[in-house]
Amino acid sequence: MLTGANIPYDAIVIGASAGGLDALGVFLPMLEAGLPVPILIVQHISATSDSFIITYFDRMCKLKVKEAEEKEILEPGCVYFAPPDYHLLVEADKSISLSNEEKVNYSRPSIDVLFETASWAYGNRLIGIILTGANWDGAAGCELIKKGGGLIIVQDPKTASISRMPESVIERFKPDYVLPLQEIGPLINKIFNSTPTQ
Amino acid sequence: MVVQELNSEILPQDPQAIEIGLLFEGIYLRYGYDFRDYGKAHAKRRIMHRMVISGINSISELQHRVLYDESFFHLMLQDLSINTTEMFRDPEFFLSIREQVIPVLKTYPFIKIWHAGCSTGEEVYSMAIILKEEGLLNRTQIYATDFNPSVLQKAREAIYPVSQMKDYTRNYIKSGGKSSFSEYYNARYDSVIMKKILKENIVFADHNLVTDSVFGEMNLVMCRNTLIYFNKSLQDKVVGLFRDSLVTGGFLCLGSKESITFSPHNIYFEPVVSKHKIFRLKY
Ligand SMILES: C[S@@+](CC[C@H](N)C(=O)[O-])C[C@H]1O[C@@H](n2cnc3c(N)ncnc32)[C@H](O)[C@@H]1O
Repeated sequence: MLTGANIPYDAIVIGASAGGLDALGVFLPMLEAGLPVPILIVQHISATSDSFIITYFDRMCKLKVKEAEEKEILEPGCVYFAPPDYHLLVEADKSISLSNEEKVNYSRPSIDVLFETASWAYGNRLIGIILTGANWDGAAGCELIKKGGGLIIVQDPKTASISRMPESVIERFKPDYVLPLQEIGPLINKIFNSTPTQ
Repeated sequence: MVVQELNSEILPQDPQAIEIGLLFEGIYLRYGYDFRDYGKAHAKRRIMHRMVISGINSISELQHRVLYDESFFHLMLQDLSINTTEMFRDPEFFLSIREQVIPVLKTYPFIKIWHAGCSTGEEVYSMAIILKEEGLLNRTQIYATDFNPSVLQKAREAIYPVSQMKDYTRNYIKSGGKSSFSEYYNARYDSVIMKKILKENIVFADHNLVTDSVFGEMNLVMCRNTLIYFNKSLQDKVVGLFRDSLVTGGFLCLGSKESITFSPHNIYFEPVVSKHKIFRLKY
């Protein structure tokens, strides 16, 4: 496991929409415990959904999974989901803000809002990942991360249950990686040099 | 010779963060509105948004505009004050009010309630409806405040799009409504206006939570979805203001993602319904 100054990135942001829960169900459990960075996720979800998905993913994953809370400081090895009906923002001091301002790209939470503020906070020390989905939320945010020197990974549209969202990123610029879902988890483990723990 | 250590407070900052700091400093000096302790990520998004729609290329250019053009400042005030609201927002919260808070209020001869950050008034009228159904409205004085004069004007007018009534009716029923929601408004074309009887005991007033002072002797303070736009230290300061405005045993009601758990004032409150962020000032 890499530590301290050897870590190449400081955070991972992920956006997913239609089909995303299944995709995350494949991707998240592949990540090894002790990932040295936090993961923030916007999954488009109905405004009134309960916290079932959090409990479900927490049980399935080696990493701790929770709903993002207002003003909490991001911890390495923890996965934060945007709460239903709130935008998730990252502050420069690496803490979380929530907001219920108007929808962005018809979505609240919006992937662009997370990616944009995370890009301001982390600059080139950020990885952005776009998974399956039926709209274009996240594409602008990915471009911003890319311009800021961060790394962009996109699920191969051919393997996504709905290809629109990954395609809308690829139409704007060339992502660093376009991969089938099964290969994204191992890539993240490799980037952070995480080896399976016994 | 002693070499002075570099103070971490003055480490180089992102130039845009500096520009935004200067912009807010300028707005404060020029107009008295203090955004210096608002959440930075949120504020920056709103500023960028304004720059795009007004075709402004830099924050410094925006600063010039705002300092010399008061009408432009009012546009920015709308940008920075997020006014999203609805009637009986989070119906379970209002159900808790009905079940846990109203029975206590019923024991008082006279009740004072403060809605801080009331936006366009939907939350205030929701509360007035509950008070009416519980037979408390005629002995309650409601103060509804916001720092944005345009939303206060809308709150006073109490005119809302008829298209929203379906959702609001559903919320009203879920919140334990005892009557029919349509009894509380008159519909006309595509708008509705809330009935006068709800308004009689409401005073709408301009009040800035950052720069104005306490509202005394409240039995209940409701401030929902406003503190989330403030940074931690400003949140703590404003919770202090609420504490000073409440009578002992008075209720503090916050938004569903807001809490006082990590605030230095926490020890003075006890939870009434933790899940719905209803607290009470301890005796
Ligand atoms: C999102 S609305 C909340 C409306 C309502 N309480 C609700 O939860 O549905 C937030 C309101 O807080 C007001 N606000 C923001 N900063 C304020 C301040 N410093 N003083 C008073 N009101 C403020 C805004 O103008 C806006 O109307």
